[in-house]
Amino acid sequence: MATIKADKVLPLYRDMLRIRGFEGKATKLYEQGVLPGFLHSSVGQEAVPVGVSAHLNKDDYITSNHRGHGHVLAKGMDPVRMFAELYARTTGYNRGRGGSMHIMDFSLGIVGANGIVGAGVPIAAGAGLSFQVRQTQQVAVSYFGDGAVNSGAFHEGMNLAAIWSLPVVFVCENNFYAESVPQAYASRVGIAERAAAYGIPGVMVDGNDLFAVYDAAKTAIERARAGEGPTLLECQTFRWSGHFVGDPGVYRSKEEVEEWKLKDPVPRVRTWLESHGVKAGELDALEAEVVQEMDSAAERGAEGPKPDPSTATQDVYAPEGVAQA
Amino acid sequence: MRQILMREALREALFEEMRRDDRVVVFGEDIADPMGGSYKVTLGLSTEFGPLRVRNTPISEAAIVGAAVGAAITGLRPVAEIMYMDFLGISMDQLVNQAAKIRFMSGGQVSVPLVIRCQGGPGRASAAQHAQMLEAWFAHVPGLQIVMPSNPADGKALLKAAIRSDNPVIFFEYNGLYNVRGDVPEPEEDVVEPIGVAKVAREGSDITIVAWAGMTRMALQAAEQLQEEDGVQAEVVDLRTVSPWDKETVLRSFSKTKAMVVAHQAVRQGGVGAEIAATVYEEMLDQVDVEIGRVGAKFSPTPFAPELETQIVPGKAEIVQAVRDVLSRTARAVRR
Ligand SMILES: Cc1ncc(C[n+]2csc(CCOP(=O)(O)OP(=O)(O)O)c2C)c(N)n1
Ligand SMILES: [Mg+2]
Repeated sequence: MATIKADKVLPLYRDMLRIRGFEGKATKLYEQGVLPGFLHSSVGQEAVPVGVSAHLNKDDYITSNHRGHGHVLAKGMDPVRMFAELYARTTGYNRGRGGSMHIMDFSLGIVGANGIVGAGVPIAAGAGLSFQVRQTQQVAVSYFGDGAVNSGAFHEGMNLAAIWSLPVVFVCENNFYAESVPQAYASRVGIAERAAAYGIPGVMVDGNDLFAVYDAAKTAIERARAGEGPTLLECQTFRWSGHFVGDPGVYRSKEEVEEWKLKDPVPRVRTWLESHGVKAGELDALEAEVVQEMDSAAERGAEGPKPDPSTATQDVYAPEGVAQA
Repeated sequence: MRQILMREALREALFEEMRRDDRVVVFGEDIADPMGGSYKVTLGLSTEFGPLRVRNTPISEAAIVGAAVGAAITGLRPVAEIMYMDFLGISMDQLVNQAAKIRFMSGGQVSVPLVIRCQGGPGRASAAQHAQMLEAWFAHVPGLQIVMPSNPADGKALLKAAIRSDNPVIFFEYNGLYNVRGDVPEPEEDVVEPIGVAKVAREGSDITIVAWAGMTRMALQAAEQLQEEDGVQAEVVDLRTVSPWDKETVLRSFSKTKAMVVAHQAVRQGGVGAEIAATVYEEMLDQVDVEIGRVGAKFSPTPFAPELETQIVPGKAEIVQAVRDVLSRTARAVRR
C-alpha cells in the first residue's frame, strides 16, 4: 500500500463489494434454478481484478476465463446487462448467446470470459501485438487460473509475448486448485518462477491483499506501457465456493476453506479504511447500497426479453463486402 | 435383468478391464478420487488400482493424448479422458497425426491401442464451447475408430471392446445419457460387443432411421410417435460405431424399407449423415428410387439461451418431420 492514496481506496473497496454482491446474488439465483447453464463464482478473489483494473484505461483490453465476473465488473461492465446475459436475455451483453462463460464487451476492452482453459493467454499476446504494431499506449491483461499454466497455450503465448516484448500483463489467480487438482500436484515449481523460463519478470503477491496486488500491477502495467515487455504476476488467493455453483468440493478440507475465509480480502480493506478516517457508518451505508444495487440489477436483468427463436443463427458470419474498420 | 445407469455401466467396464488386464491405465483431468471424474465415471478406480495405474493430469490436453500414444506404442493400454469433446481441438495433432497414423506410417510395425473417452453434447445451456458433437472431425481421419453408444448395455460392452481393440478409439459419451437406466448383463458374463457393427434397435418396414448416441433414443421415441400418429413402422438402426461404420446393416435395412432418415445432433453440414446418405445413394441408386432425409443441427455454434439452443439442435420433432417429408416424397415418386 505504499503507493495508494486514501481517497483512491474507497472506490476500490466499492468495486470489491460489488463483485462480492454480484456473485452472491448470482449464486442465489442459480441455486433457485432460474439461471441456465453453469456458474463459477469468484467470491474470495475480489482483490485481484480490482487491484489490477485500478491501472487500466477503458481502451485497455482484458482476456478472462470461466471465473470471470470479477474481471469484467472491475473493467466496467454494468451488472444489469451481466445479469441479463446470465438470464439469457436479449438485453444481455452477448444478447443471450454467450452466458456467464463467454461474457464480452468489446467497447470496454473485454475480449471475454472463456470456456477453454488457457485460451486467453495467446489471445492477450495477440492484442499486445496489435497495440505494438499500431503504436498505441494500450496494454492487455490476461487473467487465468493456476490450472491454465500447464497448457501448451500458456507456454506458447507467454513465450511469444516475451520474445516480442509485447505490452501484456499475465495475471494468474492462483487459488491452489484447478477443479479438484491441487496446484502443488500439477506443477513442480511456483507459478511466478516460471517467468524465468521466458526471461521476463515474475512476481508473486498475496492476492487477498488489495494493496499488494495494486502495487505489483502498477509496476507491471507501467512496464508494459513503456514498451519493456510482459510480466507474469501470480496472485495467491482462494475460491470460497466449489468449482462451480453446486460443486460440493469434496477435494478440499473444511479447515482449509475456513482458514482462507479468515484471510478474506474484503474486511482487510475495510479495516484499512477505518484506520484512515473513514467512518464505519459510511462503510455500512456503502455495503447496503451495493447489496441493493445488485438486487435491483438482477431484477432489471430478468426483465429483458428472451431471444426470438427465429434469430438463432444470426451472427455466425459477418456480412461480406463491408470494409472492416 | 438388473438395470443400471449409463455412467455406472461405463464405470463397470473400466473396473472389469483394469482387473482383467494390468496393462490398462487410466488418466485425465479430475478422474482420481475423491472427485472420480467430472461425471463420476471413473469414481473408485484410483482407490482400487492406486496411483501407478490411475492418475490425475494437469490441464494439458495435448500431453494427455500424446502420453496415451506414447504409452500405447510401448506396451500399455491407456484409457485417457478428455473432459469435454470440445477440448479435443487442443489434442488434435496427437490424435490425427500421431495416434491415427503411426501404425500405417511404420509399415504395420506397431499398433496404437488407446482409448480416448470424452463426453459432451448439447441440451444443457452449456453454450458454444461445451456443447458440440464433433464426431465428423474424426470420421474424416483414417486410422481412428469412433464409438458412440446409446444405452448402458452397449456403453459397457463397447467400452470393453474399445479397451481391447488394437486401434485408437475415440469413445464419445453423450452427456444426456449418463443418467439413463437400462438392462445390463451381470459382470460375470463379460459381454463385449464388436466395434464397427450396428444394431437394429427397433424393427420396422416403412422407413429406416439411422442414428447414434443420444439421437438413437430420440429416434426410438420418434418411431413410437410415427406409429401412433401415422401408422408408420420405422426401423431404427443404432449405428454405435461411427467410423468405421456398418454399411452392411444400414444397406440391409434400407433394402427392406426403401426410405431412410439419418439423424445426428452434430451440425448437419459436413456431418456423418452426409457420408451415410451418399453411400446409400451410390449403392442403391440402380435398384430403387432412393429417398433419404438428413437431420442435423443448424449451421451455427450452440447458443447459450435455451430457446435458441433447441432451435439449433434437432430432436424427436425434427426426426418425425424428416420421416414424414421422405415418405411423402416416396409417395410422389411412386406416383411418378
Ligand atoms: C482446455 C480445457 N480443459 C479443461 C477444462 C475444464 N475446466 C474448466 S475450469 C477447470 C479448472 C481451471 O482451474 P484454474 O485455471 O485454476 O481456474 P479456477 O477454476 O481455479 O479459477 C477445468 C479443468 C476447460 N474448460 N478447458
Ligand atoms: Mg485454480
